[in-house]
Amino acid sequence: MVTERKNIDETWLNRLKGSRAIWPLLALAVILIVDGFISPNFYDIRIVEGRLFGNLIDILYRATPTAIVALGMAVVIGTKGIDLSVGSTIAIAGAIIAWRIHAGDSHFAILLMALGAGIACGVWNGFLVAGLGIQPIIATLILMVSGRGIGMLINLFYGGTDPSFESALLQGLSTGHIWLIPTRIIVGLAIFAALWLVLRKTALGLFIEAVGGNAAASSLAGVNARIIIFVAYIVCGLLAACAGVILTADTHTSDPVSVALYIELDAILAVVIGGGSLAGGRIYLGMTVIGALVIQALTTSILISGLPPEYNLIIKALVVVFVLLLQSKNVRALFSKKAARPSP
Amino acid sequence: MNMNASTPRVEMRGICKAFPGVLALDNVNLTLMPGEVHALLGENGAGKSTLIKILTGASTKDSGEILLEGKPLSFQTTGEAQALGISTVYQEVNLIPAMSVTKNLTLEKTVGRFGMISWRKAREMAREKLRRLKLDIDIEQAVGSYSVAVQQLVAIARALDDDTRVLVLDEPTASLDAQETAALFDIIRDLKSRGIAVVFITHFLDQVYEISDRISVLRNGNLVGTGLAKDITRNELISMMIGRELGEVEATFAAKSNATKGEPVLVAEGLGRKRTLKPFNLTLRAGEAVGLSGLLGSGRTELTKILFGAIRHDSGTLSVGGKSVGRSSPRYSINSGIAFCPEDRKAEGLVGELSIRENIVMSMQAKRGWLSRVPRRDQERLAEEMIKALAIATPNADKPVGQLSGGNQQKVVLARALASQPSILLLDEPTRGIDVGAHAEIITLIRELCQKGLALLVASSELDEIIASSDRVAVLRDREKIGEIEGADINREKIIQMIAGDDGH
Repeated sequence: MVTERKNIDETWLNRLKGSRAIWPLLALAVILIVDGFISPNFYDIRIVEGRLFGNLIDILYRATPTAIVALGMAVVIGTKGIDLSVGSTIAIAGAIIAWRIHAGDSHFAILLMALGAGIACGVWNGFLVAGLGIQPIIATLILMVSGRGIGMLINLFYGGTDPSFESALLQGLSTGHIWLIPTRIIVGLAIFAALWLVLRKTALGLFIEAVGGNAAASSLAGVNARIIIFVAYIVCGLLAACAGVILTADTHTSDPVSVALYIELDAILAVVIGGGSLAGGRIYLGMTVIGALVIQALTTSILISGLPPEYNLIIKALVVVFVLLLQSKNVRALFSKKAARPSP
Repeated sequence: MNMNASTPRVEMRGICKAFPGVLALDNVNLTLMPGEVHALLGENGAGKSTLIKILTGASTKDSGEILLEGKPLSFQTTGEAQALGISTVYQEVNLIPAMSVTKNLTLEKTVGRFGMISWRKAREMAREKLRRLKLDIDIEQAVGSYSVAVQQLVAIARALDDDTRVLVLDEPTASLDAQETAALFDIIRDLKSRGIAVVFITHFLDQVYEISDRISVLRNGNLVGTGLAKDITRNELISMMIGRELGEVEATFAAKSNATKGEPVLVAEGLGRKRTLKPFNLTLRAGEAVGLSGLLGSGRTELTKILFGAIRHDSGTLSVGGKSVGRSSPRYSINSGIAFCPEDRKAEGLVGELSIRENIVMSMQAKRGWLSRVPRRDQERLAEEMIKALAIATPNADKPVGQLSGGNQQKVVLARALASQPSILLLDEPTRGIDVGAHAEIITLIRELCQKGLALLVASSELDEIIASSDRVAVLRDREKIGEIEGADINREKIIQMIAGDDGH
């Protein structure tokens, strides 16, 4: 019985079909191929002012903030939670940057303050979820609603009339480039690598997945579920603040009302496209990044296709539904009965 | 309709049902007569709920047949079963607390025309239903505002119709006090006098004798016996529920090893928790296996969990390895060398999504802390060792544990406990729901561990398992530890007698 199953599993086609990675990658590939037909020089990459330019680079460039937020979201979703407040965290981080630059602090210190604000937001959410036991969607809704208001209040600290600023350091991190590569892509890669190390080279990833998969069993196995959930929200807040630095420095202004609007939804979508389940229990960092790229590639495709931007959201929704259908066990069972049947 | 009393209301013949890795029902027969209260007994996992689910259409049988008043039946849904007059009230009251009594009672069969509900008719219907139980309550109040007992009655009222022929009550008295139970029994007697066949599932033996006419006992998916309540003594009943004759492996070990007792490693004095378990004393020694015997609901699981800190004690003292424990918790226990295998593997034992390897490593990792990760290579080696040592049937260690069969899942829970290198091991129902082969393997393993100097506590609903694996047996009755027996005194009769209490004949 066991060997028989193994043989079925071993054929590469079935393994490919069974692999969760294949569908988001396929979706990304299809979108990029279609783009090639729409716009013949879509794949061109050229060097302008010492930096790479081109549609592919543009997709990476624009997807980076969403991807960073989505990585944090993936961690929280891994605990069976959700963080709706990431957009507000970004607004608060941005407001703090504008405020302290007006106050004349050192820009490096300001960077740390912005990240600290993200950690503080994570501590708040973690306190509500892990400390008080409030359902994550409600707990983070509190900061989601109030966060942008807090950002506007912070803008008032220096009069609130001119929230724009100049900062070589912060803008360098956001819109600058090192050799040919945009800095934010490097920052994004560094964050990805750091998060991967923290999750996979310590036992944190295992604990988060265990708590998300079955909190009661994890506690009985000796895992401190509360602390683990707490840490997950802090990681998510910190990563949101990183994205906040990039987004705020991009426009070099603090705009709490509209910065990163609906980014929480894109982040959740990226996690789900990447194969993460809202039921918790698994974190797929690489696939989450692919998810963010799928979303951005779609947006970019619609822009270059010449379709009115009004179509953007609807086409995005259709593609997302399609990708999710492909991941659904029931739908896959229609295509291949073998691949979808759970083994006994 | 043939209402002749000698025609069985329902006959279930040769019912079989298999779940992956375990035969839940093996050729079970059950006959329900009109106007009888039929008690269905058995420990957790004996197959009671599966049998009931098949009777009420919530689950399908693999083979066998069901006759309703002599006519073969086949239904696929609870709705079809209900239309034929077979209704169930489940243990967890399936009402919607925020909705009014009327709405709860008429939810399934709304009255009215053109998709519009006639609330006037609905109220009439609700009153009619409550009248059957002589229950006089305000039907506009939310169900949640009434006591559990009244909610229980509302649930029964909902299940009853004029044409109800069989009513299944699953643990209806679990959360009722003595008075409420008496009131419920009056209603059951009334239903009985109307010719309804009542199936009564409970683990309170007193209630079984008080209300039922006949008793059927299930164990491990088999029907152990059926008989008139007045013909079965208490001792016989307990013996049927938990006292399987010793198998070959068990018999080997029943010849006690005269292991030298080691030092006390865990001492509980007056340990207890209000409404959970009366204070008890218990000492576990290195190299000694202590069995924990008692019926379902006697406090076996609670005692084990209190020792582990999964349920916090509110009286008495606990000391582990000579050190007194203040606030106990699972984490503290694991760090001080106690490991625990819970009864409910799915809910409390395993993280189904994670692999065998990850599940095995978890406790050991929790003990080391998150920063000092067990290197992947060590994890793999450990998992391989455990898979080999416990004979876990799996193609590889990276299979999600949720896909394994029950017996193999149990071995993974055990492997995780062993990987944390405990000096004290608490096992709650280590052989629940697993096949005979794995059963013997696990008993053998328990004896081996013991010989290596581990202090063991084995809580089990199976007498043979207790007898085979323990050097000493603690007996529980009604959430109280009532005594201990040791050495040659450990035998079926003695334990059954203790469980049955002084009034056992």
